[in-house]
Formats: sequence, structure tokens, C-alpha cells
Amino acid sequence: MLRFLIRRILFGLLVLWIIATAVFFLFYVASPGDPARLFAGRQATEDTVAAVRHQLGLDRPLFAQYWDYLSGLLHWPPDLGTSFINQEPVLNTIVQRLPVSISIALGAAVLWLLIGIPIGVLAATRPRSLADRGATVIALAGLSMPTFVLGMLLFNLFFYQLTKAGYPIFPANEYVPLLENPIEWARHLFLAWLTLALVFAATYSRLTRGSLLEVLGEDYIRTARAKGMPERTVVYRHGLRSALIPIVTLFGLDLGALLGGTIVTEKIFGLPGLGALAVQSVFSQDLPVIMGTVLVTAFFVVVANIVVDMAYAILDPRVRLT
Amino acid sequence: MSSSIDAFAAEPMHDRVDEAAGRRIQGRSPTRLAWERLKRDRLAVVSGVVIVGLFLFAFVGAPILEAVTGHDPTTAYRDTGLTADGLPVGPSSEFWFGTDQLGRDLLVRIAYGARTSLLIGVVVTLFALVIGAVIGMVAGYYRGRTDTVISRMVDVMLGFPFLVTAIALVAVFQPSVWITAVVILLFIWAPVARIVRGQVLSLREREFIEAGHSLGASDSRIMYVDVLPNLVGPVIVYGTLLIPQVIVLESTLSFLGLGVVPPAATLGQMLGDVQNHSLYEAAPWMLYFPMLVLLLTTLAFNLLGDGLRDAFDPGSERTMAK
Repeated sequence: MLRFLIRRILFGLLVLWIIATAVFFLFYVASPGDPARLFAGRQATEDTVAAVRHQLGLDRPLFAQYWDYLSGLLHWPPDLGTSFINQEPVLNTIVQRLPVSISIALGAAVLWLLIGIPIGVLAATRPRSLADRGATVIALAGLSMPTFVLGMLLFNLFFYQLTKAGYPIFPANEYVPLLENPIEWARHLFLAWLTLALVFAATYSRLTRGSLLEVLGEDYIRTARAKGMPERTVVYRHGLRSALIPIVTLFGLDLGALLGGTIVTEKIFGLPGLGALAVQSVFSQDLPVIMGTVLVTAFFVVVANIVVDMAYAILDPRVRLT
Repeated sequence: MSSSIDAFAAEPMHDRVDEAAGRRIQGRSPTRLAWERLKRDRLAVVSGVVIVGLFLFAFVGAPILEAVTGHDPTTAYRDTGLTADGLPVGPSSEFWFGTDQLGRDLLVRIAYGARTSLLIGVVVTLFALVIGAVIGMVAGYYRGRTDTVISRMVDVMLGFPFLVTAIALVAVFQPSVWITAVVILLFIWAPVARIVRGQVLSLREREFIEAGHSLGASDSRIMYVDVLPNLVGPVIVYGTLLIPQVIVLESTLSFLGLGVVPPAATLGQMLGDVQNHSLYEAAPWMLYFPMLVLLLTTLAFNLLGDGLRDAFDPGSERTMAK
């Protein structure tokens, strides 16, 4: 177990190193734009640009720059560079935005599990029934629905129309920290949660259904039924427990990806998270911030992968890690 | 899933003469069998018809609509297409689907936008299938070190958070149709390679591959003659389900203003206009018409892909692309 964990962490570090390297060369070498000119601004004279280039160390050999960049990342706290726009350390900006993205991701995750898994169980325990077919159709429609389309529909219906009708139940374009006012926090985030939850619930209901159907066909379930165990216990205690294992895997990966920012959702509902930061910095050509966001997001994905592999071994006694 | 596909695919399908009945028995290829099963699936047939209709609308209908209405997709009709307050006008005999915030004809733009989206969807998917299939075949066929290197590469690719990396790439190279297509391609060949690799890994253990080897066939001949035909089914199914995914990715990037750039139209960008200019209330037609065409497209491809999966693999449960 420990050896496996160490190997997984080493591979994760390798992936992060590859991503960091790719990001560095992409932005500092392959980029047709000149970072020094971007930093100095459009009106800057050649002298200013040269001074900025020197100040940023961009006139040094490429390998030295790469080395500085990597060793900056390995420090604690990691040095992700300085924003071109407001001269703030990138890490500070990202840390400020993180609570928003984490709130969105966690709330949505709770909601989509609460929607997706019960629908999946319902469909699996009554295969080919009306409920099952209905769930299939809804899930397929959900899977064909791009996140931004669903977000716009919910925004229009529950923010615009409700507010216009005089019931501003769900405000938008603002974030209230959880510790400041939990109720306002939830009210401001609810539509974003619902958008993501509905998108993901489609996948989760399908996966739960497929996985549970497979498990319910196994011998030990037949044994449990033959013992005269109530169907409820068979399905929930014996069936669902192992049926949920692949769902845990997917859940970990999805959550990891979402923690790094929900670009579309944050844009539609005007929430200042990491995703909104990424889009904003793309438009302002703030290279260090874009690079920082990519790295932080990749970090979450890599960590989620490792956690999922660990959870897999803990949940399923049949899995042996070597 | 794979086992039932190759179960009949592996059998050589020669024409034989049934002695007793004295009539010829026609050997039918797996693709032919799948086609006949597909024709009986009403939902899949309807989806196919809808897809043909969408292609006609986008490729034949667009210039016709342009000629009939006398409106080209990029001209802003400031006098007739905007109200006195500068707001878009609703559907009328002059502008059948209304106009957008610049007074451009929405119907003509939707037709040309659907053309861009479909073109990117199909072309990027074809490239991804070819690249993914070749890389996956090489990995699965040669195994060993080749496989390890390729599989790790695929893992790294799948470790990149798509949207963040995509917008970072777009930021470096400036948004355009080409960058959009290349960025999407960069991400979606990896899952194709993974699926093909899995198929080839199980195929290469089969007797007919061994027979090929013992007859002295070269690796490339075995791959081309024996392996490739058996990949047709899964690749067609996966490709059909990949098209809507590509269209969603393109629409999402365009929605964020980081995909196809104006004045060229795409459905995602038209929806982005509604969001950016807060026209939910003033011009609901700008929201609903492009949205309907986009959803019709993704839903039709998903349903067709679902039907194709059943047709190629009749033993399998109905499942859907995530």
C-alpha cells in the first residue's frame, strides 16, 4: 500500500513537471507575442520594453529562466510569478479566489449525488419500467445539453424572470463568504450549484444504474435473497455498496477538475472564482496568472487521481495494490 | 462490450451454398448486419434524418436563405434591423428569426453558424479518430515499451484540465477557427487511442491473428487486413458520439469569446452575445433559436450514436457517452 502510494505520488509529480514544462515553453518560447511587451503595455517605447525584459530576466539564457521558474515552483509557498496587470503575486490572487471555486464545486457535488444516485437506483431496481425509460430520456437530454446552455436557461428563468416578477429569491453576480452569512452564501450559489448538478447528475444516474444492475446479477446477491433477506437490505446494503465503487472513482476525478474552477458557470452567474480569473487573465493577456491557473487546476486533477486510487483500495477489499 | 462485436466479426464471411436447400446463403459483413439492425431502430432513423436535415439547412439552406431574404450573415442592417432605441427587432416577415444586437439577420447567421459548428464537429472528429486509432493500434499491437510510453502520454493528456488549458492556448495564439479546431483535436485523440488500444489488446490474442502470423504475414498487413476491419464498429460508434462533444467544446469556447471570432458566426458565440449584452429580456429570440438548433444537433448525434452502439453490439445494455 505504502509503496503503491509512493509510486502514485512520484508519477503525479512527473505529470505536474511535464505540465509545468509544457506551460513554460508554450508561453515563453512558442508564443508569438513578446511577454516583455505585454508587461510593458502597448504604448511603451523600445527602451522601456528592453528595461522590462531585463527586469523580468527575459534576456537571460532560456535554460536559466526555466530553472528559476521550476525552483520557484518547488519553494514553499510556491512562487507562481507576479501578475502583469496588478503586480500582485499570482499565488495570492489564486488563494483569494479559491474559496469561491471550492464552494461551487462542493455544493454542486452534494446536489448531483443527491439527484443522480437515487434516480440511478430507481431505474436499476425497475429495469425497463416507465420510470427507467423516463430516467433514460432525461439523462440523454441532459448529456446533450452543454453546461452553458443549461446555465443560461436557469439564469433566465430563476434570476431574470423571478427578479422581474418581484421575487428576487436567487441573486446573481455576487459572492458572499460562507463565514459571513451562510444563508446568503447558499442563496448566491444555488443556481450555479443547480446548473452543474443537473449536468453531472445525468452521468451519475446512468453510471449508478449500469453498475447496480451488474452487481444485482452477481451470485452473492442471489445468496442474500435466498437467505430471505428483505429486498431493501439486499439492494442498499449489499448491492449499492459495491455498485458505488466506480462512482467514487468518477466522483473524485470530477470534483478534482471542478475545484480548479468552473469557467462557464462562474461566467454566467458572475461568480469571482478561479475560472473567472482564467478567462479574465486571457483577455488581459496576463500570462503569469494564466500559467498559475493552469498549474493549480492540474494540481487538483493529479491529487484527485491519487486520492481516487487510494479510496478504491480502501472501499473494495478485492482490490490489491502492488 | 468488445466480445460480442468480434464474436461474429472474426468469422470469415465467405459465400456458401446450402446443399439441402439448394440456394445461396449470402455472407454478410458485420457492418452490413449492423446497418440492417439500425434501420429497424426508429429513434436512430429519426435522428439520422434530423442530422441530414441539419446538414441540408447549413450547407444548402444557408446560401438559399441568404438569397431569399436578401440578407448576408455579416451585414448589420442598422436601419431596418434595429429599433429606434438600437435594440434588436423580433421575428417579422423581413427578419424571420429577428435580428441580433448589431441588426444582423439571425436566421441567416444561425444557418451559417450551424455550418461552422457541423464542419468543425465532423472534421475534428475524423482527424481525432485517425490519429487516435493509429496510435492506439500501435500501442495495443506492439505492447511492451511502446505501449507504456504511449499509454503514459495518454494519461498525461487526460490529466490536463481541458477548458483551462484550451483557453490558455487560445490566449497564446489568438482565437480563430483553426486554433479552436487544433486545441480540441489536441485533447480528444487521447480517449480514442485508449479505446482502440484496449480493443487491439484483446484482438491480438485471437486465433485469426495467430493464423496470420503463422502464414508469414507482416505486422502492417495483419494490422490492415485483420485488425482494422474489427475496429470499424467501435470507431463508428465512438466517432458518432464524439461529434456532439466536439460541437459542445467549440460552442463553449465560442461562448466565452475564445473560439470562432466575429464576424464569422457560430451558435455558441451567438448565445454568448445574449449573455454579454444581457439581452435575455429584450431579445429572447436571440436565446431560443440558436439554442434550439444547437440542442437538436447534439441530441440527434447522441441518439444516433446510441442506436449505432446497439446495432453494432446487440448484446450490450443501452448505454450512453458521458
